[in-house]
Amino acid sequence: MSTQKLRKERIDRGIKVRSDGLYALMSWRELSYLTLPRFILIAGLLALPFLIPGMYWQRVISIVCIYAILALSFDFLAHYVGLVSLGGAFFIGTGGYIAGILNSYFSIPPVFTIPLAAILGGAVCTLFILPCLPLKGVYFAIITLMYPLFMARVIEAFDIFGGTDGIVGIDSFSSAFVEQYFVIGMLLIFLFGIRRLVTTDRGLIFTAIMDNDQAVKASGINITQYKALAVFIASAMGCLGGACLTHIYMWSGISQFALDFSILPIAATVIGGAGTLVGPIIGCLILVPVSEFLRDFGTLRIVFYASILVGFILFRSDGIMVFGQRKYEQFERWTKI
Amino acid sequence: MTDPILRMDNVSKMFGGVRALKGVSLDVFPGDVLGIIGPNGSGKTTIVNSITGFIKPTSGKIYFKNKNITGKKPHKIADMGVTRTFQIMRPYYSLPAYKNLVIPLFSPRARRTGGWRGGGSLGNRQTVAIDILEEIGFERDSYIPFKTASTLPTGYLKRLELARCLSLKPEIIICDEVFSGLSMSEIASMVPLIERLQDDGITIVMIEHRLRELFQVANRVMVLNFGEKLIEGTPSEVMADEQVKEAYFGSEKVEEVMTYA
Amino acid sequence: MEILVYGTINSVSLALMGLGFAMVYGISRIPNFAHGALYIICGFVTWTFFHKIGLPYSISIILSLGVNAILGMLMYRFILIRVRGMNISEIIASYAIGLIILEGLRFGGFRGMTYTLPVFMEGSMMIGGVPVDYHRLIMTIIGVLLITGLWVFTHYTKIGLALQGMAQDEQAALMLGIDSDLMAMLAMGFGAVLAGAAATLILPLGNIVVESGYHVLIMSIAVCIVGGLGSWMGAFFAAFIIGYAQILTSVFIGSHFQMVVAILAIILTLILKPSGLFGQQKELEERV
Ligand SMILES: Nc1ncnc2c1ncn2[C@@H]1O[C@H](COP(=O)(O)OP(=O)(O)OP(=O)(O)O)[C@@H](O)[C@H]1O
Ligand SMILES: [Mg+2]
Repeated sequence: MSTQKLRKERIDRGIKVRSDGLYALMSWRELSYLTLPRFILIAGLLALPFLIPGMYWQRVISIVCIYAILALSFDFLAHYVGLVSLGGAFFIGTGGYIAGILNSYFSIPPVFTIPLAAILGGAVCTLFILPCLPLKGVYFAIITLMYPLFMARVIEAFDIFGGTDGIVGIDSFSSAFVEQYFVIGMLLIFLFGIRRLVTTDRGLIFTAIMDNDQAVKASGINITQYKALAVFIASAMGCLGGACLTHIYMWSGISQFALDFSILPIAATVIGGAGTLVGPIIGCLILVPVSEFLRDFGTLRIVFYASILVGFILFRSDGIMVFGQRKYEQFERWTKI
Repeated sequence: MTDPILRMDNVSKMFGGVRALKGVSLDVFPGDVLGIIGPNGSGKTTIVNSITGFIKPTSGKIYFKNKNITGKKPHKIADMGVTRTFQIMRPYYSLPAYKNLVIPLFSPRARRTGGWRGGGSLGNRQTVAIDILEEIGFERDSYIPFKTASTLPTGYLKRLELARCLSLKPEIIICDEVFSGLSMSEIASMVPLIERLQDDGITIVMIEHRLRELFQVANRVMVLNFGEKLIEGTPSEVMADEQVKEAYFGSEKVEEVMTYA
Repeated sequence: MEILVYGTINSVSLALMGLGFAMVYGISRIPNFAHGALYIICGFVTWTFFHKIGLPYSISIILSLGVNAILGMLMYRFILIRVRGMNISEIIASYAIGLIILEGLRFGGFRGMTYTLPVFMEGSMMIGGVPVDYHRLIMTIIGVLLITGLWVFTHYTKIGLALQGMAQDEQAALMLGIDSDLMAMLAMGFGAVLAGAAATLILPLGNIVVESGYHVLIMSIAVCIVGGLGSWMGAFFAAFIIGYAQILTSVFIGSHFQMVVAILAIILTLILKPSGLFGQQKELEERV
């Protein structure tokens, strides 16, 4: 009986309440309260290459960051624009192949192939997705799921770009150090860039389209244009990741269109906290290393992250990030009703 | 006589097997306040949707200032100055009221015209948004323009719908049931607002179930029944019409409906 | 003639693959992306019953269909019910379940070319100068019977009509006291049985490999999208269109284009006419 009369009460910490307003920063304590999580994230990511031992795990850092970029682009599209794209592999594959083609057929060095792949790849992906932008929900999800499969099958059937063998003999980054800091740097730039974008007034239009596209249309705004812009941003990010992947493995092939790249970022987003932008990165930091660790056990790693995904969906969890935020910003205590 | 600013020519719309509109023709002249009334499901919203491009009429043509706008995209039509409110309001609930207006102020038309009172150039969007909100009845010095839309009462949300139209500096506003769901006093405060918009030279089409207030502001009224135009005329003509009494008011006396509606 | 015969056979097998998917979506509006996994697992379960336990073939088939039905219902009862109505989550969740099943099977050692099921009947006959083995013939006949049976069931029996009613308007069905969760669970079970039936009919023609789980999923999506999501008749016609298109391309261009054709069909349909051939929403018009 007595337990039923208790409930958990959540109270905002004093600092949180004040720092939400404009007149926030009164002391170093409050300043550090606000910036500490950010600082830990940035410093942690930058320190990773020094903390992790071994060649193999050093490589995993880059892979984690690429997945994180992809997860970030998924989170942005799905939770700030309302386009749930299951086509992460499409972005990775397109970027990867463009970088591979530019490097091995035209011998352009990685310094240029990566930005070119991001921009060209973004344009290509946007062009493909453009006709499906009016589609909603299931339809958009299915078509974006089909594109990477389609590309893989086309490359296989026509035997272009090296067919099933892929393009080999591609230049790598000049050193592991450059490779790691480049992807880490890009990840941080994208993270803070997108956070900035979605909070500007113009960025609100994306969210408005997600909430109520009819009202945006009635406001005389061309929503296709804005959706295309969002898709371009997201796919350019994915393509950049793909291009990095190509140069890391010195190879681009059909497996870059594999569904791994579509599903793992989604799992990471669900685990880390949908719509938080940082959450997906945390999700990747957890999921990717474990899945690399399980690589020796064949397909067990897919079973592993699919199970985690189902688990999080099953228990309707908000994700780690939301949970952590709550713990950081609020007291919890039991009170009598 | 001047040319009509908006004209529907024999517009029909089929939804699958349902004929929502059957050859409706309509002229709206500059400065009009035209009322459209009709029972539920008679196709009023469908007219709004066809004019503003949200659905494509099955047949017939729609002209704005003698330009054919049939089948154009909604944002193009809004860009020409034909704006609408929605019967089912869905503001951007998570945003504060004034941010709800910042979004339409990003449209090309708002940038060209500078918003309702703007003289061709757009100032700071947030200031313009709050200016518009003030004119439409959000008390400026209160916190109401800064409250999130989800916490606002219906009356303010309806005004927010109108404000969105105004931020485009519209030539026509088509109001889909702005009075419904409001209390008597809220309606009473909306009526002068409509009159002020009319004084500003905005042509207004009002779809309404509240006949008394409608007849107060409208200079012409069209009655719709099962997707067909029954009659069009001045409020007194419409009230006197036998057919309308039959179809719309049933056996009741018009005056009674007017009192209790 | 060859095209006609093989086109028909291919079309019927596509229709069989897509039937379960169309059925589940039609009744409960759940895009069941674990469809391919259910298909494959039925094959392996039958194989286990038949080769490992040594049950008679027919009993193995019936038992594994039962297992499939239970699996489908459990999937709904414990997982999909949590995301009911959120289409994207349904896709992601069911796809993840499919991945767990398929990759779990692969991890558990079910890979390679060693898993086969016996055909129902050895031998072959000539139809219009084209050799057709008996199993393909039986498959086609059972397939057509199954599809017509299902059509009669949904159009002329009480339960079928209830299912249709629910497909059309869940709210109204709820008000009439039809338990939508129960119906959806049954639909998932029934869809799983159909996936299993397709598997037992089609799999004896080749090896049971995990990859064909993905293949079946894509094919069933293709059939349902082209036909119009939620329309069973549409799925049936679409199976014929895609089936013939595949046979034509493999005769005139090359057999490795079969998948390209199916995926291209999905993409083109979604771009040109998202509601498909027989979509229930004629145009994807919403109320404003
Ligand atoms: N998107 C749609 N799809 C199918 N039928 C529709 C659609 N929109 C409207 N209808 C049908 O068209 C007819 C007219 O609807 P409409 O919404 O225009 O009526 P209304 O006069 O606005 O009614 P109310 O007073 O309830 O707002 C109704 O029978 C309705 O069911
Ligand atoms: Mg209406």
